[in-house]
This record gives sequence, C-alpha cells and structure tokens, in this order.
Amino acid sequence: MSISLNNISKSYKKLKAVQDISFDVNPGELFGLIGPDGAGKTTIFRILTTLLIPGEGTATVAGFDVVEDYKEIRNSVGYMPGRFSLYQDLTVEENLTFFATIFGTTIEENHDLIEDIYVQIEPFKNRRAGKLSGGMKQKLALCCALIHKPKVLFLDEPTTGVDPVSRKEFWEMLKRLQKKNITILVSTPYMDEAALCDRIALIQNGEILEIDTPEAIVNKFPKTIYNVGADNMYKLIQSLQKYKYLYSVFPFGEFVHYTDKRDSFEVADLRSYLEKEGLVNISIEVAQPNIEDAFMELAR
Amino acid sequence: MKTIGYIIQKEFKQIFRNKGMLPIIFILPILQLVILSNAATYEVKNIKFAYIDYDHTSTSRALVEKFNASSYFNVLTDFPSQEIASAALLRGEVDVVLEIPNNFERNLLKEKTADLSITINAIDGAAAGVENGYVNQILQTFNKDVKTNIIDTSKKPVQSVAIESIPSFWYNTTLDYKTFMVPGILVLLVTMITLFLSGMNIVREKEIGTLEQINVTPIRKSQFIIGKLFPFWVIGMGLLTIGLILAKAIFNIPMEGSIALLYAYTSIYILVILGMGLLISNFTDTQQQAMFIAWFFIVIFILMSGLFTPIESMPKWAQLITEFNPIKYFVEIVRMVMLKGAGFTDILPQLWKTMLYAAIMNGLAVWSYRKTI
Amino acid sequence: MKEENVIEADQLTKTFGEFTAVNAISFEVKKGEIFGFLGANGAGKTTAMKMLIGISKPSAGKAAVAGFDVYSQPESIKKNIGYMSQRFALYDDLTVKENITFFGGIYGLSRKKIREKREQLISELGLENISNKLVGSLPLGWKQKLAFSVSLLHGPKIVFLDEPTGGVDPITRRHFWEMIYKAADQGTTIFVTTHYMDEAEYCDRVSIMVEGKIEALDTPKKLKEQFKVDSMNDVFLKLARIPSPTLPKGKGENTDCN
Repeated sequence: MSISLNNISKSYKKLKAVQDISFDVNPGELFGLIGPDGAGKTTIFRILTTLLIPGEGTATVAGFDVVEDYKEIRNSVGYMPGRFSLYQDLTVEENLTFFATIFGTTIEENHDLIEDIYVQIEPFKNRRAGKLSGGMKQKLALCCALIHKPKVLFLDEPTTGVDPVSRKEFWEMLKRLQKKNITILVSTPYMDEAALCDRIALIQNGEILEIDTPEAIVNKFPKTIYNVGADNMYKLIQSLQKYKYLYSVFPFGEFVHYTDKRDSFEVADLRSYLEKEGLVNISIEVAQPNIEDAFMELAR
Repeated sequence: MKTIGYIIQKEFKQIFRNKGMLPIIFILPILQLVILSNAATYEVKNIKFAYIDYDHTSTSRALVEKFNASSYFNVLTDFPSQEIASAALLRGEVDVVLEIPNNFERNLLKEKTADLSITINAIDGAAAGVENGYVNQILQTFNKDVKTNIIDTSKKPVQSVAIESIPSFWYNTTLDYKTFMVPGILVLLVTMITLFLSGMNIVREKEIGTLEQINVTPIRKSQFIIGKLFPFWVIGMGLLTIGLILAKAIFNIPMEGSIALLYAYTSIYILVILGMGLLISNFTDTQQQAMFIAWFFIVIFILMSGLFTPIESMPKWAQLITEFNPIKYFVEIVRMVMLKGAGFTDILPQLWKTMLYAAIMNGLAVWSYRKTI
Repeated sequence: MKEENVIEADQLTKTFGEFTAVNAISFEVKKGEIFGFLGANGAGKTTAMKMLIGISKPSAGKAAVAGFDVYSQPESIKKNIGYMSQRFALYDDLTVKENITFFGGIYGLSRKKIREKREQLISELGLENISNKLVGSLPLGWKQKLAFSVSLLHGPKIVFLDEPTGGVDPITRRHFWEMIYKAADQGTTIFVTTHYMDEAEYCDRVSIMVEGKIEALDTPKKLKEQFKVDSMNDVFLKLARIPSPTLPKGKGENTDCN
C-alpha cells in the first residue's frame, strides 16, 4: 500500500474534523477525495503529510508511519497545499531552485520528471510568482512539489478557483505523472473531476460516504433518474415537490433530476400531473446518473 | 441619519467583539500612563557635586551649604585646584563642579556682582540641562538671601542679573515632574490609540473584502465615514476620561481649569486625528501598511510636540514644522488648562488652529475616499 | 425600458493603460432572466461586472442598469441592485440577525420592515436556532444562502452574483439554485459571473468572454448545439482555444482581481 489510513479521527476542540476514516491507496493509483468545503479533506492531507498528529487511529505513507517516521515521509512525499504556498516575490526559477535546495537536489537532476510541465512556464521563468495567472501558478506549484522525485504526491484542491481550460490541462498532467509511477492523492470539490480518478472516496462532514471506482459508484445508484424540463423552472420544482410519488428532485442545469418512489413508473402519469399544474413544454427523459447524483443520494 | 445609526451600531458591536482589540483600547492606556509617567521624568537625582573654593569666606561656605541642603546634589568633596577637578570630571567621578573664585564675597558686596564658574558633564545633554537648571535655581535663592542678609545696608536693593533661571521651571517650583508629564502622556495616549484604531478600521474592511459590499450599496460617503469615525470619537473621549481619573487618583494632578473646556477642546482635537486615520486608510491596502504610516507620523509628532524636548530649543525650521503638529497644541492646552487654569480666551489661538486643522484633514479624507475602484 | 431590458451594454470598454480588459462588449439582459456571464480568469468578466454595478467607471461605450446610466447615476443603480460576492458578502463577526439588520438599515428600510423581513428570512432558511450565532461560525453553504437572501432584502431589480456556489456541497447548491429560480420567478433579474461551467448550465442565457470580448451569447442549449458538444464545459473549452502547451499565451498576468 502506498497510503493506508486506519480509523483516523481528529478533533479541533469540540469540533470533529474527521471521524473514523479508513482507506488504502495502491501504488501508482490516482485517488480522489471528493467533497465540499469543510468535509475534512485538508485535515486528512495534513495528517498524511505529518503536519498534524491524528487524534486516533494509524496511518502510513510509502510504508512509513505518519507519527513515528515523519522525517522519512517528508523526504519521500510532495505536497501542494490548497492555497498558493510559493513565494510570490521570488521569480519562477528562484522558487524552483529554492525548493530543490531544501531537498538537497537541483533542477537539472530532476529535469526529466518536471520537464513536461516546466516547459510551459519556462518562458516566464524570470517573472515573479505573484504575477503569474492562476493556471501558471499551479503548474509552478506542481513543479515545486515534484522537484525531489517524491513517491507519493498530495494535491489539496489543486483546481479550486481555476478556469476550465487550466483545469483540463492540470488533469492531463496528473495522468502523465501517474505513468511515471507516482502515487497521487488529490482532493477536489468538483464532482465532475471524480470521473478522472481511478478510485474515489466521497466525503462529507468528516465521514466517508463511499469508496470505489467512479463507474461502480454511479452503477450502484439505486433509482432511475429522469431529466424533467418545462418552461418555468421554479414552478416545475414547486410542482414536483408536491407530487405524492416524489422521491427526490434536484435542479440540474437546464433540467431537474427527478426520481420516483414507485418501482413501476409511468412517464405519462407525471406528464399529465405537470400539465394539470399548468406547465408547458414538458419533457421527460431517462438520464444517466452521475457522481453528483450518487453523492446526493448517499448524503441524504 | 438612521443609516448612520446602523453603521455606528455595527461598529460598536465589532469593536467590542474583537478580543484582540479590547485590551489595546482599555488596558494598555492604563499601563502606559502609569509606567510612562513614572519612568519618563526629567528629574535627575543624586548629582555628584564637587566644588573648588578659592574664596574661603562665610559667603562661599554658605553657598556650598545651599547645595548640601538640596536633595538633588550629593556634595562629594572639595578640590584644591581646577586641574584635579577636571581630572575627576573626566573620570566621571563627579558630574558638576562649582568654582568659587577669590574675592567672591568682596566682589559681591562691593560691586554687587560676582562671577562663578560651573562645569557640567554634558555627555547626557538632557541631564546636563536639568542639572544646570537646578544649579541656577539654587544660585537664585542664594542671590535673594544675599540681597536681604548681606546687602541690606545699601539704600535700595540691587537686582542681581548675574544669574537667570530657565522658563520651564516657573511652574515647577516643587520640581514634581509628574505634574508636568502626566497631562502630556495623557495626550499621547488619546492620540495614539484613536489614530491607530481609526487608521486600521477601514483598511480592515478592505482586507476582508466587506468594503466592496458596502461600496455597492447606495450608502452615501458622508454617512459611511461619520458612522465609521463616530465610535472612535467616543472611544477617544472615553480614553480622556479614564486618563483624567487616573491622573487624579494615582498622581493627584491638579485640575486648575475647567474640565468642560478640556473636553470641548478634545472633542475637536480628536476630529483631527480621526481625519488623519481615515486619510491613511484611504491610501493603504493592508493594516500593516496603515500601522507603519501611522507610526511614522506618531513618532514625529511626539518628538516634536514639546512633550520631551522643549520646542524653544529646536532649530528655527523645526519650530516651523511643529506649527503643523496637532499634538503640540493638545499638549499646550492640556497643560495650560490643567496646571495653569487657563480659560476659554487663553486657549483661543490653539483652538482656532485645531479647528482649521480638523476641517482640512477631514475635508481631504472625505475627498480622497472613493466608492469606486 | 421598452422591451423590459434591465441591463443594456453598448460597446462597453475598460482599459488600464495599454491593456484593454474589456473590449467593446454589447449585450442586453431581460427582466426576470438568469444571465450567466462566463469567462476564464483574466478574461475581463469581473472588470465588466464592476462597471455595471457602479464601482468602476467605463473608459468608453454606454451602459444602463435598471434604467440608470453607469456614468452619471451610479448611486441610483446601487439602490436598485443587490450584490453578493463569493467570499465576503457578510460580516463574520456579526450574528445572523445583526447582519440582516445592518444591511436592511443601510438600504434605508424602516425598522418595522427590517423586523418583518428578518423574521421571514430566518424562518424561510430555517435558521431559527442559530439566528444569534456569529455568521463566521456557520458552514459555508448556509452563509451563501444567507448572503443571497440578504442581497434580496431591499427588493432589488437585479442581483449580481459573483461565483456564488464555489465549494458548496451539492445539495446546498441545489437549494441555492432553487432560491435563485424563485427570485427570478418573482421578476428579479439574476446576473451570475462564474467560471464554473456547471453553474452556467442553470442559466437562461449565457455569454462567454474571451480576452475582453464576448465570443458567444445564447441559451446553453443552443450553444451546445452550435458547438456540437454535450456540456457547457466543452463549449467553453472550444471557445477558449487551449493554447499549445509549449507556447503559452502572451498575457500570463492575472488581470482579473478574483
């Protein structure tokens, strides 16, 4: 196991940050912790990177215990915290050299590992980190986290606040790193990024809701989801919430995702009900559930 | 008007909920007043005093006896010659050497005037100044005694002009420096704390980002500013009250003039400081920057206020600058009102200047405050 | 306002020195519409929005919000709009009730009205038990819902939302969108700035800004058809034209202040 957590709990004063968390990450795996702000993702990261001592339970990273062998762990993992944690007033190159020096290495020594990413920011190597765009900052932070050839890479919300283009690029980079035998634990509040991981843990309020591959989690979804649309979204939701066979209704873009209590569901029944409610342009279609549906079902 | 009320309400709640701020507002001033008033004194005690008496008369002995009687001087020794005295001065064994020349008594009686030579170790200039003052004080009393006792045979008393006393001693014949310092430090506290708090307040909202929220509301500039500054005006007046109570209770500082007058002046003075705080926060982006700028002004203002160094002894250009120092006026007023019992007409010149200052400061501050980015 | 356009922008431009942050954008937003204003970091969307809410003067072009001119009547605009930014809409060191009272107060609502609205809002959001708690101690999702409700307190014609649901859990997010639908249904226009493309899917119409210009403006459905893709995310990726990894675009500086 590259990363292993056994019944980890941590409280800050009265507040329970994480409770009884257990999961394993296999070597070379891209594992995602998916959950909203305040779910406890950062606490898990801080425990695994030895910045925080767990209240209860044990955890190992690359075979080292997070409490006993914290020095070994610090040498063999790379950590990219959620907030941009580089020196804004140093240039791109200075930042990278600085982190290389801390780990007793040089940029040249590890150039092949970071090359893919570094070429993209190299034209700006004399620019101060604070003056980079969001996506560029991230690439630099990733380079810095990789400079000492870590076996395990921890990325805490690397794509938060980053636009879709940069997000896409970032995930492509992670996929390439994975091929170089680096185990990656990444957290994100974006459900759509879950599908890009090998396995995911859905987490909310400090507890794990489910651990599996994204496909398996979606396949386990117990209900049939219908995309329901009409001319007036607000009235549609109001009407559906009054419908006696309603199991759940959630707005989902231009439609709502509707699930029914009954096993045998007749689309026509619902249609006529909605028509009676005065809605027009009604459309009802079966839809594929996604991670977000699964998350909401599990969090109910 | 109602809008301002809502802002004031909010500000007070926030101020009193800020656990880091409360001690700054109430505990620190008390500590500062007590510590600084006791520590920041001009008093120089146990001055190592020596003399060379070439005259050896009853008058010269009487003069030495005067120094002996003073609690400030330790009469250590008499030196036979000036060379030995100089050597002792150099080694730091004595601070002040008084040289009484030959024929001191005779000259005093016949010519109505006599020369004395005083040598003071002036490495510490401030202490030397004070020592000089003490010496002059003693010589002046001695002079009077001489006039009444020795020269009473002459037809009319002759004013001896050989010795002058320095003006700062006029109201300090008891040489109690606390009477002098406490009002000054009170001024300092009121100024420092109101300037820091008001300077950092709006910047804080800038930092958190709530200022943007405020800027998209239809609230008027003047409403926001008055609502923001009023609480600190109240706190400033509160600090004055705490300070005055402490001054009376701990140091028994006299209150010769009208308290109402003091409050009236302070109420205008605080406006100057608040305007300054607002101006600082308009031009800074972080509390840190605001703090540094506020410090810059506070240090200059304090050192040039006449609180620690007399303005009269500053170079001309520096004296000119002090004209723009609000603390200077406040120090003057507080001392005038508390110690001398000055009335409304006495403080009128300073009052006018302060009002003008307040108008300019707040005008600039309101003008430079922008609801846009 | 003939066609009930509550926002009209015509060749609206903002330059900072040499740099053109917003380059002659034109669009209209209708009453009761949920309008998505999308763009990558640095595309100029925040700058454009700041001109519309009256805290930044345009360099050129025309714009009217709620019927008022952005140059000459910014304060009238502010009376008629609500604004909620992602992070810092409310005071963390005031309680739920105090925040409502304060914002009601500075929008000039009467004491009675504030009390009514406060009770109504607290019961609607189910905050009865925590109405005296500091806002700073609430979970993010509740803060956001509260902030949105507060921005509606004075019955504005338009509410500007700046990345309203980032980081919020999926269920709370749905509740948030239900609130937005409700407000829109009651005739409030909603203007959402975001770079989260899944938020874009909820909007009636969206505009996509790329390097200071509006490159696309239509309903999400039509945009998806036009670009032959399944999601707004893909529309965005097509429009933003991913730069070649070895040749990043010249403007690496983050000019958007978000």
